[in-house]
Amino acid sequence: MAGCQCGSQQKTEQSMQEELNKVFEKYRGAQGSLIPVLQEAQEIYGYLPKEVMQQISKELGIPFSKTFGVATFYAQFHLKPRGRNIIRVCQGTACHVRGVARVFDQLQEKLGVQNGETTEDMKFTLETVACLGACGLAPAMMVNDDTHGRLTPEQAAKVLEQYE
Amino acid sequence: MNSLVHKCCEKCSHTPATPCKDYVICRLDGPVCHEDEGCKEKRQALANEVNPAPGSGIKVVCVCAGGCTSSGSMQVLGRLKDEIQQKGLQDKFRVRQVGCHGFCEMGPIVTVEPDKTFYTQVSEDDVSDIVSALESGELVEKLLYKDPQSGSTINTYDKVPFYAAQKKLVLDKCGFIDPESINDYIAMGGYRALSKMLAGMSPQEVVDEVKTSGLRGRGGAGFPTGVKWQGALNAVRDKKYVVCNADEGDPGAFMDRSVLEGDPHSVLEGMAICGFATGSNEGYIYVRAEYPMAIKRLKIAIAEAEECGLLGDNILGSGFNFHIKIKAGAGAFVCGEGTALMTSIEGNRGMPRFKVARSTDKGLWQKPTTLNNVETFANVPIIINKGGDWYASIGTEKSKGTKIFSLTGKVNNSGLVEVPMGVALREIIFDVGGGIRDGKDFKAAQAGGPSGGCIPAEHLDLAIDYDSLGQVGAMMGSGGLVVMDETTCMVDVARFFLDFTRAESCGKCTPCREGTQRMLEILTRICQGEGRPEDLDDLERLSRVIVNTSLCGLGQSAPNPVLSTLRYFRDEYEAHIFDKRCPASVCPDLLVYTINADNCNGCGMCARSCPAGAISGEKKEPHSIDTSKCIKCDNCFQKCKFGAVEKK
Repeated sequence: MAGCQCGSQQKTEQSMQEELNKVFEKYRGAQGSLIPVLQEAQEIYGYLPKEVMQQISKELGIPFSKTFGVATFYAQFHLKPRGRNIIRVCQGTACHVRGVARVFDQLQEKLGVQNGETTEDMKFTLETVACLGACGLAPAMMVNDDTHGRLTPEQAAKVLEQYE
Repeated sequence: MNSLVHKCCEKCSHTPATPCKDYVICRLDGPVCHEDEGCKEKRQALANEVNPAPGSGIKVVCVCAGGCTSSGSMQVLGRLKDEIQQKGLQDKFRVRQVGCHGFCEMGPIVTVEPDKTFYTQVSEDDVSDIVSALESGELVEKLLYKDPQSGSTINTYDKVPFYAAQKKLVLDKCGFIDPESINDYIAMGGYRALSKMLAGMSPQEVVDEVKTSGLRGRGGAGFPTGVKWQGALNAVRDKKYVVCNADEGDPGAFMDRSVLEGDPHSVLEGMAICGFATGSNEGYIYVRAEYPMAIKRLKIAIAEAEECGLLGDNILGSGFNFHIKIKAGAGAFVCGEGTALMTSIEGNRGMPRFKVARSTDKGLWQKPTTLNNVETFANVPIIINKGGDWYASIGTEKSKGTKIFSLTGKVNNSGLVEVPMGVALREIIFDVGGGIRDGKDFKAAQAGGPSGGCIPAEHLDLAIDYDSLGQVGAMMGSGGLVVMDETTCMVDVARFFLDFTRAESCGKCTPCREGTQRMLEILTRICQGEGRPEDLDDLERLSRVIVNTSLCGLGQSAPNPVLSTLRYFRDEYEAHIFDKRCPASVCPDLLVYTINADNCNGCGMCARSCPAGAISGEKKEPHSIDTSKCIKCDNCFQKCKFGAVEKK
């Protein structure tokens, strides 16, 4: 089981289950709660394991096929464990014309992973995002919740050094 | 009382449970219910701390905590607070985190109010200088803005060309107030529109005012907001909803993000006004999960507004109830489309649905729903405060008010720009934007994101509004304006957008799902030098089918970037297909790297940076590239300081 994304301490299976139960309590009977429940479950587990999605379906009384459909429709949901740090490289127009492709190539090479993959030591997951809305700082990427802008391929690789 | 929202004395009885109708007016002009010079002075002093009058002795140091955070503004903010605290100057000099100033190019930006002092590219190390200058009443010369065109130093932001040509209505408070403080918003006249409306306007009067203003939806399509609200008001149902579309997904657009992060209360106030006007008591803000800071600040803003009784039940004693909930999107561009957004709020895959009835009749949960964009709602309090006629005096005949553009790409001053409708594109790019980077030539501006089109140089003098943009094959969209120069390949740009829409197509309609895929394949082939003569006809035919047969706006507009580049830059397509040449030297497969012996001094930098070992040459002698080994990684081109590496 993957550790939590904040990287502080490993949560136990039981404590995660307890947190998930609280989420079920919070949304019981509420309309349209599937997406927020999936979001909060992913916060707890770091991704959406099949067993968790099955539980969610059961608790919300929604067919598993629909839960699976929703989870795979949105870019935010992940069905595989992810690294401790998430790198999201912007693919927006401004970043494109200012050469983000080279930044992305450099990161792929440095980490030895392709788009959407996680390094073997679970340190980084490399992803692309349609637009971060940091166009004034193009080319830009986000690592976890930090935005890094005006990148060159070399700088992008260097930025990663500050993450554990 | 250490905030304007608090009681001035025990005589004030306002709480959310026992609301006072004069609460908002009382904050600045009060106390209303009793005469007390002491209370009045306290209020004025607090308001002065937010918006200090010149000569009052108080100065506010504003640090951008919006986009500038990625260039280190939070460290600057922390250091400033520490130093001012250490020196015991906190009563005289206030440090405040503010939203985006718009001039992202020059970030981190620090301003000093009320002097309007404008410091650019401030780093942590500059903090001591700023504090010393505050004490001595001087300026930090090295941090002031230097106008690249005239070379002169400019002390205040209102004189900087980037701001001088703008007209800030919506962004008025952005970059001035602390977005996490309702106190600041109220001190600047916030919630006055809500208060004014509840004190004496009927829903129909509000709708009429919005109609008079001529406000049109800022999300892209430009539907008249007043007409939409009238539809929702006319609908007779037990429950109605207000939804704010903050799913800003267009690549190259960040105006909604900046409004939410810089002035979230203006959106909440606009939504509450809409709720009253349309007879709704519940609102949703659907905001992208990629904007964590916007979500955080909205949550704070909603909680503060509820604590003050400006959202919730029986607002200001009027009997009007309005609650706002946040729905975090989960990353799907198509959810910016109205019906897809509502489907997503309902907990489903965000796929557009057939609009048998308008959303104002059957929207969210099949109830009448008024869906507007962030910027649209932020305009509403201004209209109620100043009147529809005043608002309608700005802009062009059919497009009123201002529009925020996010100006990015190959332009000198990238950032957020608010200008009146009808301003010429040339003014935006060359006056506000400071022209094209590195002295290159303007080629085109891409307006409206993946649904929009390119505006070539021949239309630079176009007065920008909803209708004129449509006429040249582009669209207002949400207001992204990406500037392209001679080194941008238009075929590559079209391919880029198609790649985006293909990935974001929800898959419901076959023409969009399959058609964008086929178009992308053709464009990719053209970029790789394998284009065929019939490709251009095929692209046009596929475009026609997708436009005519897709259900939602995403599909109907997906081919626009291709159609508009074909319209204005057909010669570039033809160069790729027939001459196997990329005129802008962008498409790697069509490039040949060579070294110009006249410029090469044999430093060897290129050879060392070449991962394929394709470059050879003696020291201090011109080098050469073995094109059979070259993998076109561009390293040598980037590394060469003498311009000796050429690609054609």
